[in-house]
Amino acid sequence: MTKPLVAIRSVAKNFGEFQALNNVSLDVWPGEVMCLIGASGSGKTTLLRCINQLATIDAGGIWLDGELLGVREQGGKLHRLSEREIGRQRLKTGMVFQRFNLFPHKTALENITEGPTQVQGRKPDEVRAEALELLRRVGLSAKADWYPAQLSGGQQQRVAIARALAMKPMLMLFDEPTSALDPELVGEVLAVMKELARSGMTMMVVTHELGFAREVADRVVYMDQGAIVEQGRASDVLGAPREERTKAFLSAVI
Amino acid sequence: MKQAPALAQGFPDLSGMRIAREPHWFRWISAALIVLVLAAIARAFANGQIEWSYVSRFLTAKVILEGIVNTMVMAVLAMMLGIFLGIVVAIMRLSPNPVLKSVAAGYTWLFRGTPLILQLLLWFNLALVFPTIGIPGLWSARAVDVMTPFLAALLGLGINQGAYTSEVMRAGMLSVDIGQYEAAQAIGMGRLRALRRIVLPQAMRVVIPPLGNEFIGMVKATSLASVIQYPELLHNAENIYYANSRVIELLIVAGLWYLLAVSILTPLQMLLERRFARGTLRLAR
Repeated sequence: MTKPLVAIRSVAKNFGEFQALNNVSLDVWPGEVMCLIGASGSGKTTLLRCINQLATIDAGGIWLDGELLGVREQGGKLHRLSEREIGRQRLKTGMVFQRFNLFPHKTALENITEGPTQVQGRKPDEVRAEALELLRRVGLSAKADWYPAQLSGGQQQRVAIARALAMKPMLMLFDEPTSALDPELVGEVLAVMKELARSGMTMMVVTHELGFAREVADRVVYMDQGAIVEQGRASDVLGAPREERTKAFLSAVI
Repeated sequence: MKQAPALAQGFPDLSGMRIAREPHWFRWISAALIVLVLAAIARAFANGQIEWSYVSRFLTAKVILEGIVNTMVMAVLAMMLGIFLGIVVAIMRLSPNPVLKSVAAGYTWLFRGTPLILQLLLWFNLALVFPTIGIPGLWSARAVDVMTPFLAALLGLGINQGAYTSEVMRAGMLSVDIGQYEAAQAIGMGRLRALRRIVLPQAMRVVIPPLGNEFIGMVKATSLASVIQYPELLHNAENIYYANSRVIELLIVAGLWYLLAVSILTPLQMLLERRFARGTLRLAR
């Protein structure tokens, strides 16, 4: 029997008084494409940030590829892992940010090769060849030597996807990857993500693109007030929601 | 095709007419007054008690040239020490470790809080506190032999500069978007590597103009090292006028060399700025 790639159990996260995540439990299976939807402040972005440890959880546990994230259990207590250990765990996930966060002082190609050469210590020639192949895959072969400021938002986001893929992650996390884009640029980014989904990559996508969710997602998870309200096949959750809150959200969005 | 609506009447065609030049009387009068004042100052100096032949003779004297070389060597080395310390202290200041943080804050407080000339004198007279210095059991020496004017000036100027530079560096690092740290972490970088590879190169763009300022300040601050016998430009000029009493002439010689040195530094700063502006220009490739 296969095991979930990500197992989230009873996770809570507070920002001061505000409960960002409240007793969230969820499994993500290998090869699955999961879309997280919900109003802003519902906790979906926080959940992604907890999985790649840009935010630390206050209670509960997250296992990635069978390994507990951020802490080690020893003698009935949890000990925080060193920064080096956390960095190693992060390499299993790739993150794509809403605002791209490309390194502005490096070209598209250098953005992609930075991680493999600097963090993984791999050979520059080999990494370069892979990076060029990734740029081809996201349709940007011609832009290898361009700086981020010279690229459109859609092109920047595609470079950011290639940068995340260069680390060969087992799981790709997308945090509203098209929200900062002009409407006419959304399609090119979604096309790259669809191709990635077809290639068998496990993906968690926080998105407001319900069309994308309907077409690509194996499962849609609706969150509200830091908790999972409803989940299931895209056609069920989006087409025939059972919960009142889901219905209200969907009617507000569409 | 639709007809454009007819234009209203009564507005003459101005396309052939030029704009007349105004006389600008006030501009001419004020310019003339300023030129007059400058001419008067120049005349006063030309007729004053200055032997210009001494200025031209000592401008390229061997001792003066050695002085400017020593000044520049000290300025560059002390600035390098200052930048190194500044980066280390700025990183300590932004660290989550409270001990590192307060040590960094204390360093800045101490060395910004006392006059530079006092610090130079303290370093130079360190032998009064510690007659011998060294690592117990391994190596030791008499402090008077180790603490030469050169070393005292380097430590005094460099460590003092580090306190100022750390604040400049910290400002630069704070100017880099938090998303850049997160993106660096997301590809597995640790804090120090993210700082070195991603944050500092971007901070440099912000930091170079104030660092240029600091370096120009450093070139002139080396003149304070004359009080601890370091043979820099002003010290050597003073030694000459102690012998020949041509005080003003030699001060002018020193002043001209400082001006020249600073004039050369400005375009160098522009070159550096261009180097670190990589990627910030939308069109330039």
